Amino acid sequence: MNLTLKIWRQKDSNAKGQMVDYKVTDISEHMSFLEMMDVLNEQLVNAGEEPVAFDHDCREGICGMCSMYINGEAHGPDRGITTCQLHMRMFKDGDTITIEPFRAAAFPVIKDLVVDRMAFERIQQAGGYISVNTSGNTQDANAIPISKHAADEAMDAATCIGCGACVATCKNSSAMLFVGAKVSQYALLPQGQVEAADRVKNMVAQMDLEGFGNCTNTGACEVECPKGISLDNIARMNRELMKANIS
Amino acid sequence: MALNSKVPKGPIKDKWTDYKNHIDLVNPANKRHIDVIVVGTGLAGGSAAATLAELGYNVKAFAYQDSPRRAHSIAAQGGINAAKNYQGDGDSTYRLFYDTVKGGDYRSREANVHRLAEVSANIIDQCVAQGVPFARDYGGLLDNRSFGGVLVSRTFYAKGQTGQQLLLGAYSAMNRQIARGKIEMFNRHEMLDVVKVDGKARGIIARNLITGEIERHSAHAVVIATGGYGNVYFLSTNAMGSNATAAWKIHKKGAYFANPCYTQIHPTCIPRSGDYQSKLTLMSESLRNDGRIWVPKKIEDAQAIQQGKLKPTDLAEEDRDYYLERRYPAFGNLVPRDVASRAAKERCDAGFGVNATGEAVYLDFAAAIERYGKEQAKIQNIDNPSGGKIYELGQAIVEAKYGNLFQMYEKIVDENPYETPMMIYPATHYTMGGVWVDYNLMTTVEGLYCIGEANFSDHGANRLGASALMQGLADGYFVLPYTIGDYLSNDIRTGKIPTDTKEFDDAEKEVKDRINFFTNNKGTKSVDHFHKRLGKVMWDKVGMARNEKGLKEAMAEIKAIREEFWKEVKVPGSANEMNPELEKAGRVADFLELGELFAKDALVREESCGGHFREESVELDGPQKGEAKRNDEDFAFVSAWEYKGEPADAVLHKEELEFNDIELKQRSYK
Repeated sequence: MNLTLKIWRQKDSNAKGQMVDYKVTDISEHMSFLEMMDVLNEQLVNAGEEPVAFDHDCREGICGMCSMYINGEAHGPDRGITTCQLHMRMFKDGDTITIEPFRAAAFPVIKDLVVDRMAFERIQQAGGYISVNTSGNTQDANAIPISKHAADEAMDAATCIGCGACVATCKNSSAMLFVGAKVSQYALLPQGQVEAADRVKNMVAQMDLEGFGNCTNTGACEVECPKGISLDNIARMNRELMKANIS
Repeated sequence: MALNSKVPKGPIKDKWTDYKNHIDLVNPANKRHIDVIVVGTGLAGGSAAATLAELGYNVKAFAYQDSPRRAHSIAAQGGINAAKNYQGDGDSTYRLFYDTVKGGDYRSREANVHRLAEVSANIIDQCVAQGVPFARDYGGLLDNRSFGGVLVSRTFYAKGQTGQQLLLGAYSAMNRQIARGKIEMFNRHEMLDVVKVDGKARGIIARNLITGEIERHSAHAVVIATGGYGNVYFLSTNAMGSNATAAWKIHKKGAYFANPCYTQIHPTCIPRSGDYQSKLTLMSESLRNDGRIWVPKKIEDAQAIQQGKLKPTDLAEEDRDYYLERRYPAFGNLVPRDVASRAAKERCDAGFGVNATGEAVYLDFAAAIERYGKEQAKIQNIDNPSGGKIYELGQAIVEAKYGNLFQMYEKIVDENPYETPMMIYPATHYTMGGVWVDYNLMTTVEGLYCIGEANFSDHGANRLGASALMQGLADGYFVLPYTIGDYLSNDIRTGKIPTDTKEFDDAEKEVKDRINFFTNNKGTKSVDHFHKRLGKVMWDKVGMARNEKGLKEAMAEIKAIREEFWKEVKVPGSANEMNPELEKAGRVADFLELGELFAKDALVREESCGGHFREESVELDGPQKGEAKRNDEDFAFVSAWEYKGEPADAVLHKEELEFNDIELKQRSYK
């Protein structure tokens, strides 16, 4: 198929960006979206132009590096996948596709489609861990039984890949789904209880400091999340925060 | 220089304990004055950085991604082995040690593997303490599954995302130390050279991938944890950015490179669909528990399928060749990875492949669906169930077991694997070879360490499933923190290593010269153009089956591609900005050298062992006729290569392997 691409180009974080049109031809429907981008970039390199910079790495939907906003949707027009898992069969011959970076005040553009997600790092550093040193003599892994239900629910929260689609999708640029998932993982496990109150307070404080917006329960984040992280995690985080503040 | 593995004396089960009891320690106050650089933040690098910082060292960690959490350890699916014996099925440290040495086709170092088995149980305890949500059974205790090549259930898992959860555990431990200021984290940075002062590794030169700035970083010791070199094949299951540059740069500065020809080709990957393909996707080995692998029996049926004129479901049972069940009746579809991969290649080379490229075989779940369906009908007391009912019941069971994998397959291939057999083909997955290290995990350069997949030490010629995660975390959490302390105890009075010295000047100049060459070269071909050509030579001649003629051709062809690369490569953009093409150019330049050494190593090793199959070395008769033939008399050694300029001029050093605790046997799966 033949396509027109409208792509955000921006030289660096200080430059003013703009949408630029490109044409690609003979795109196979079996290609992944990023392989289509590879074709475009090969074309640009051969023409002596600078290729489009975009983040990507594992190309199997788990590293969380890829981050495109395609036709107005984070990770494009399919559900439960990242950009690297999107395939060209979702598009038709002659389509015009708009490709932008994930946009949020807390995710400044570095170049073209590459954004800076260090805000997520700082939130995790504020408390996204259990304070245990490596020693080789922590207690036996089976010493504390954990109900299968709690373990499974903690796993569902822990499956977040930290891509930032929730933020890019949210009209308030809220990071609550991301933070809620991490808070929930530890809140559901006995190992996480000791530091639970400080953890949620510190992580939420850092989230606010980074300039993410608040949650107004539109649920768009859950719809666009490639890993199907549930809104329940936001509710749990709010409960944990309230509990921490009144106790 | 003669190789000294520095394996401690004494019985194998006491070596590690005795070693730990007798090494020199650094007191906590002195650790504050010692700096360690860790390059790479996957399971090995991440766990090492966190543990060293907890101990009190000043750690500088480097990752080319925008966060340590994105390292490719994250993509590991199946699980992590540990000799916990929670299932009471006879597992023990010795059994894990034995399985790993045997699985590696007797080409690993016994003492290292035994240590790995010893610390394996600690890893699970540590990860649970960190909040890693491993799968549990209804009683709340940890669940286990079984993997290929072993007779016990010792694999711990977190759904199909075990690597992700273990890496997030190490990442959280890192975050705690980053917050304390004990780890200084350099995201989006790439190491481009190591700096040696008086023969010791004392720092690195790194490029800031956002600004293009070249930076100098000093330390008392340098740890390389940058993973494997599978992307030398261009197409692999590795991440797009996975590269061998750090390992190759230290090789050029004196670190020997061991067994580059030991590469694991994983049998169950989604086949290539066209020339635009950028990477290959693995489907978990667990699928072979229920899937049956076949190709058409008649060549005309295979051709009709390749041309799209015939569907697999049209073929009658007697027209199908279940070649693994035919050749290996004892293990059937569950033969080890190397055997399954070679058998698929053999059928496809003979013309029986089942997609347009002729490079695919079927993995069929129809029999499993029927078997489970009948079983369910019995359980639910349904008399004389219809075919449709059996299918419905069976499909539900298969979906519960493999649903996420089937969905992943359908997203990529656009076919429903419940209705039509999956197509699979082998792909490069893991590299057992790597930088040579001694028992301390130190390379042949003093103060320069190498851990995880980047080193060569534990998996011999073939790695068992669920052992990569185990090795990465064992090295980082439990081995390196001891061994590096013994070395650093000599550095308590050294003081900060200055970076304004001639050694740093020279290393930085070398790095800058190379970058300037790339951005100024008036070439005509893209970096990927050369990478794809290298990958094709590697796959065709240094892939699943190798022979003398092909390997010699490969060496000459890779050399020719390399020479053309240095004339014709074209890199747009400048050095002082984010420039992904420039990053790729440096990595491919190194792969073009590594690939030739890889072929040379495969040429020298005139035996078949594990992932390395030489067509000249097969059993000529008897029940094992046509199978791989190992030669312990002449080749029970580690090949450690010393850099001498051109890869073809590399000098071979041999570390003889001694097997005192395990008897050498031929692997048989018939």
